[in-house]
Amino acid sequence: MADAMLETIGLSRRFGGLAAVQDVSLAIERGVVHAIVGPNGAGKTTLINLLSGDLKPSAGMVRYKGRDITAWPAHKVAHLGIGRSYQKTNIFRDHSAFENCRLAAQARLPGAFDMLRPARSRADVLSRARQALEQCGLADRAQRRAVDMSYGEQRQLELAMLLASEPELLLLDEPLAGMGPEESARVIDLLKRLAATHTLVMIEHDMDAVFAVAERITVMVNGSVLASDTPAAIRANKAVQEAYLGEAVS
Amino acid sequence: MPSYSRVTLVLLALGFAALALFPLVGETFYIRFFTKIMIYALFAMSLDLLVGYAGLVSLGHAAFFGVATYTVAGFIDKLGIADGFLILPAALAVAAICAAVIGWISIRTTGVYFIMITLALAQMLYYFFNDQLYWGGTDGMNISAKPLLALGGFTLVDLSNRVQFYYTALACLVTAFVMLSVLLRSPFGHALVGIRANEGRMRSLGYDVQRYKLVAFVVAGALAGLAGFLESSRATFATPAYLGWHESGHALMIVILGGMGTLYGPILGAFVLLLMEDYFATLTERWLLIEGLFVMAVALLMPEGLAGLPRRIAALRRRAPENGDG
Ligand SMILES: Nc1ncnc2c1ncn2[C@@H]1O[C@H](COP(=O)(O)OP(=O)(O)OP(=O)(O)O)[C@@H](O)[C@H]1O
Ligand SMILES: [Mg+2]
Repeated sequence: MADAMLETIGLSRRFGGLAAVQDVSLAIERGVVHAIVGPNGAGKTTLINLLSGDLKPSAGMVRYKGRDITAWPAHKVAHLGIGRSYQKTNIFRDHSAFENCRLAAQARLPGAFDMLRPARSRADVLSRARQALEQCGLADRAQRRAVDMSYGEQRQLELAMLLASEPELLLLDEPLAGMGPEESARVIDLLKRLAATHTLVMIEHDMDAVFAVAERITVMVNGSVLASDTPAAIRANKAVQEAYLGEAVS
Repeated sequence: MPSYSRVTLVLLALGFAALALFPLVGETFYIRFFTKIMIYALFAMSLDLLVGYAGLVSLGHAAFFGVATYTVAGFIDKLGIADGFLILPAALAVAAICAAVIGWISIRTTGVYFIMITLALAQMLYYFFNDQLYWGGTDGMNISAKPLLALGGFTLVDLSNRVQFYYTALACLVTAFVMLSVLLRSPFGHALVGIRANEGRMRSLGYDVQRYKLVAFVVAGALAGLAGFLESSRATFATPAYLGWHESGHALMIVILGGMGTLYGPILGAFVLLLMEDYFATLTERWLLIEGLFVMAVALLMPEGLAGLPRRIAALRRRAPENGDG
């Protein structure tokens, strides 16, 4: 636990009478790929929202590198180097793919508030955006309007935007959902490469993908953590098999 | 994010050139009238920054225009100071401060609530001037002189000379246009457009959305203050009506008619709407009805407003050679 990068302590979030996330205490270690799995409605997305500052918890604490960031607004959390992608594609629909990434790349650089120089003259921003598109296999789609791209491409753009903002810790909400097998394989490859230099928290329903990349797996059910362990231990866990894996892994 | 097409740029250059040459040929009445139109174009352009780019539909923008007119009146007739180089920065500052306060409160809300709260806060300022006899109450104040723009006894610009005033208004309009174009081309401007498109994603990317909105609100308020300074210098009075929701709504109509999110649309809109008002007011008493119907028709039939016309022409031109080739 000493090198936990991100830590939650008794984190809870209620929506009216519903406890979407309940007393979750987790430690995300630096440099690790940490998968979060669980049935629909288990509270996985809500947990990510609490980590990214998109939502405020009803109780509990979020700590990043030893700092209490529970009450921090989302934009300040982003500036710490915590970036996220969305399960429900959340892009700038009328902007080109490149512009989507350029806005993302610009966000955390000094000079984002610059009112004089042309935005498109920032070489550092442009190269970051270009690089992010390349990493996600969208280089030849740069000038296409986001809304005109295929669903799978939009999912990859979602990821490219995240990379363009160069976070240290990536919170990925179902990065593979809605992708074809080829796209999926390419993204899994990308995630493996990113894992060498980043810390990844990844919600994913595709258990093959999870077992292919994850070094830690947390299983959530009904807002609570059922188990959090190494992939081998999770595979062997009786309670997990009953609650979830039994149906997902043959 | 203005990246103007070539057709638009040519038309813009022609338009500004025509305005620059107009006093050489125009009748006195129209020189005066065009001066007024350019002031309202500037006012509407400042509103376009909020409505057309930042996605902040303010129905209280006239408050900043109005407080600037009272700043001019206050300096000249309450303090006895006519130095324009003092009054102008003061008018801009007062407008900007009011915008900062009203903006700070309103940006906490969105959508219809934002419209309502900007309206309510602006009406508070309206009633402040409307109810204070010190400021002339409902009648407002006559301003006994024009601001003096002189350096060391030498008059730089004589605002009581109608041609000089015309060029002053034109210079302010062009300067504001260039300034806003630069601003919207910058990272800040791109961020504003991003916020209008998808506020939540901007926030999670690391943009302090509220701060961007507030700065946009203050910039727009200060430019409205510049328009207010010009208007009170032109008309030599200040009245509560300048702050009222009628004035705010009128500016919004100009923006919608001309085409929001273009900057030059409001210039077109101001010319068309004010010339129309002038024409119909002499014909019929029901001109407000005609005006309303006209603006609605344009809004429904041409969602891009009058500013969409050059783009349509450009699109036609682009299609034409294709047809020719095969
Ligand atoms: N904003 C909200 N308001 C009310 N209820 C919500 C809200 N967000 C989520 N919930 C509820 O909280 C529970 C957990 O939702 P959440 O989206 O976190 O689940 P999930 O594990 O991500 O599910 P999925 O696998 O379907 O994405 C669900 O019952 C959901 O209906
Ligand atoms: Mg989810």
